[in-house]
Amino acid sequence: MVYENPDGVRIGLEVHVQLNKLNTKLFCGCSTKYHDSEPNTHVCPVCLGLPGSLPVINEKAVEYAIKIGLALNCSIVEQTQFHRKNYYYPDLPKGFQTTQYDFPIAGEGKIIIEGEDGEHVVGITRAHMEEDPGRLQHMGSIDKSKGTLINYNRSGMTLIEIVSEPDMRSPKEARRYLDKLRSILDYLDVFDGDLEGAMRVDANVSVHWGDRVEVKNISSFKGAERALLYEIMRQKNHIRRGGEITMETRHFDEARGVTISMRTKEEEHDYRYFPEPDLVPLRVADRVPKVRETLPELPDAKRERFMEQYGLGETHARALTTEIKVANFFEEVAEKVDPKDAAVWVSDILKGELNYRELSIDAFTVEDIVAVVELVTGNKVTEQSGVEIIRTVLDDGGKPQDIVEKKGLLKVEDDIVATAVEEAIAENPEAVADYLGGKEKSLNFIVGKVMQKTKGRADAREAREKVLAKLKE
Amino acid sequence: MATWTDISGIRQKIADSSAEEITASYIETIGKSKINGFTTLSEEAINVAREIDANGHGGPLAGVPIAIKENISTKGLSTTCSSKILQGYVPPYDAHVIEKLKAAGAVILGKTNMDEFAMGTSTESSYYGPTFNPWDMDRVPGGSSGGSAAVVAAGEVPVSLGSDTGGSVRCPAAYCGVVGLKPTYGCISRYGLISYANSLEQIGPLATNVADIATIMDVVAGYDNRDSTSINRENTYSDALKDDVKGMKIGVPEEYFGEGIDEKVEKAVWDSIAKFEDMGATYEKVSMPHTKYALASYYIIAMSEASSNLARFDGTRYGYRVDGDNWHVMASKTRAEGFGDEVKRRILLGTYALSAGYHDKYYLKALKVRTLVKQDFDKALANVDVLMGPTMPAPAFKIGEKIDDPLSLYLADVNTVPINLAGVPSISVPCGLADGMPVGLQIIGKHFDENTIIKAAYSFEQNTDHHTRRPPEVA
Ligand SMILES: [Zn+2]
Repeated sequence: MVYENPDGVRIGLEVHVQLNKLNTKLFCGCSTKYHDSEPNTHVCPVCLGLPGSLPVINEKAVEYAIKIGLALNCSIVEQTQFHRKNYYYPDLPKGFQTTQYDFPIAGEGKIIIEGEDGEHVVGITRAHMEEDPGRLQHMGSIDKSKGTLINYNRSGMTLIEIVSEPDMRSPKEARRYLDKLRSILDYLDVFDGDLEGAMRVDANVSVHWGDRVEVKNISSFKGAERALLYEIMRQKNHIRRGGEITMETRHFDEARGVTISMRTKEEEHDYRYFPEPDLVPLRVADRVPKVRETLPELPDAKRERFMEQYGLGETHARALTTEIKVANFFEEVAEKVDPKDAAVWVSDILKGELNYRELSIDAFTVEDIVAVVELVTGNKVTEQSGVEIIRTVLDDGGKPQDIVEKKGLLKVEDDIVATAVEEAIAENPEAVADYLGGKEKSLNFIVGKVMQKTKGRADAREAREKVLAKLKE
Repeated sequence: MATWTDISGIRQKIADSSAEEITASYIETIGKSKINGFTTLSEEAINVAREIDANGHGGPLAGVPIAIKENISTKGLSTTCSSKILQGYVPPYDAHVIEKLKAAGAVILGKTNMDEFAMGTSTESSYYGPTFNPWDMDRVPGGSSGGSAAVVAAGEVPVSLGSDTGGSVRCPAAYCGVVGLKPTYGCISRYGLISYANSLEQIGPLATNVADIATIMDVVAGYDNRDSTSINRENTYSDALKDDVKGMKIGVPEEYFGEGIDEKVEKAVWDSIAKFEDMGATYEKVSMPHTKYALASYYIIAMSEASSNLARFDGTRYGYRVDGDNWHVMASKTRAEGFGDEVKRRILLGTYALSAGYHDKYYLKALKVRTLVKQDFDKALANVDVLMGPTMPAPAFKIGEKIDDPLSLYLADVNTVPINLAGVPSISVPCGLADGMPVGLQIIGKHFDENTIIKAAYSFEQNTDHHTRRPPEVA
């Protein structure tokens, strides 16, 4: 099946990733751990842009950038350089942003996503390094604001801007691309995606192969999908009404779910890029082999291995390798129990329960899930009870064994079930006769009686088999 | 009464009396000054001197007073680039050179006047008003480090620091009859120097003699990991203080004696070269064909960089602010009122040169010319040890004479800007008088070969008496 792309949709994404796992900022020694701090406490002359201060490149940031480039299958440039992007804004303490222009650290690459019609390649145009500006905070609502406060804690944080080709053909593909990107970055351990502002998205959208419109200010992946759906609809409607789409920049209003025009092409800024004289060109080619050695197994490779090594199906393998933490968790569990059981319990059951509670895999221990799987596969508790144990651990805490005991979840002994079956058959001759006479439903009645007698601790499927066996005697 | 005392003389005086007394006597002299060379005096200076007296200090500059140009950041001491827009700004940190000076025991007396943001050749564009040349109060001291040169010439301080983007140390040194060095780019950390044109400028010392220049260089030069353009290279500058130019090959660029050169300046320079011959050196004329394009290239690069460097002065975080209904209005009004005409002119021209559609025609072309100018130096210096010529084509001009004619002001930099484009070191030493005003001889060296030009300058000083001439009021 080939995806037709009836509206000629083309989406390209520019994703800003904040490398918040670096210890220090891009051009100064300030700590990056500002997220829980008072405003303007993680600043120095450099990131405040005080007169006379000079930038010095964070070598670790360069290493991370190369790592990201390699993971996105990008070429790494021989020599990289920083440029100044000149514009005025109060969150920009120097009146320019130090970024990269014609010598970005990483050139063309690609990412493979699950597209509308199977595997789909999204080209990466480039990935470059730049500094984050500070943050503005309005006093009161934006229209009645008495003033604006500026917090420069974020100023000078390392950003990697990853620019894709317009290769995505639907908002769904865009979402898949973002998920995949996040997954890869997660694997590289270069950023904590849960921190505020860790990933910011700008999108280029066009329909019917027309001019592209840039949509800015998208702050979440869900927001990206909504913004794109809206923007595609808007462009289609506009064309349908005889309008023409011209290049412009629009702003996504997250609360209203709409995009609003910010400026047309004629109003575009002239950023007057020129090489940053305070930073010398940086040779990076010789660093690549060493960084390549530090590259971990990435999601695609891990998925293949999981299928091969553990005999998993693609769905399980994919679900288990999206997040590195889940993949590692699974592998630990798979060491102790049958990998296929581990896949079912981790991927289908545990992850479902965690997602429902908006919890990460950190909320559960390997030890506990192994205990649950062993209880179920060892026939000590029913599958239903296994799920209940997981829910109890998540909601009330405690260890699986204690929960089994406290809740009396241990499966009843076979002879008790056998006795219950015998009694149920003896006590309900009419139902037995009905069943033997061809009334299938009567079987359920008898099984129900067995369950009643065992107070539900018998495994329903087992009880049914035992009743059937007895009736055939 | 102001006097000229060199660093070793000062150290002797301190040994005989105290650092406090020396500091106090300089402060007294400054108090009577008529040249407007200082902008701000340090209230801490006397305490620093007392501290040195009380606890002793083993540093090479223990108790030696020094003056610092207004664009070098001094913690707790106003640093305004002589601009209205930085009124009220007090840096919370010291520049690298200030840390070095303090560690060496120097006593910072205060800050010196300059052209606003170092954009000028006369120190007339300062928010604090012009500095006057101690040789003739009707004349400019040169610029942009006019204050730093004038206070040394006037005996108000033995040594000072300036900065040289296109001649800003050498020009006032020449005009005020003192010695000034523009070191190789990367020699002294720029950390804390408020940028005008980053790719061109260096901090440089001014003094009454070459030995003091070497002493200051030994303290302030060297690698600093906070300046990415700083070069890690060890050197002892005072090792070069030898009277020995035998066999030294001098190149004399014809282009440095071009149209508009003052006859008396020309004569003083040729006499000096003849003196070098007497001392055992040889000279040959060399050609530096791209010199005539250097000025245009320099101004485009400097203004382009400046347009971006000065963007941060918007009244938001520090300095002068004019309130407005919103941020953009506030920033615009602040800049409109805070910057002087010359600064605005350069920001506008620089912005234009970097704009889409003009970037290649101006900025990129200027960079190409810069490469050609560099090649001129590489070629010329391949066959000779040093280059010599006049620092300035004419002696100091009258205050107000060129203020309304920026182009003729720019032309005065014709012999100094090529050196900044090439990044090589150059020293200006007094080499005579023209109509009673000092003339500077410029000695240019190879990259990081400060020692050869210091040796040449020192030898010249040992064999001539130009450096002993003082302005009328100074003994
Ligand atoms: Zn900082």
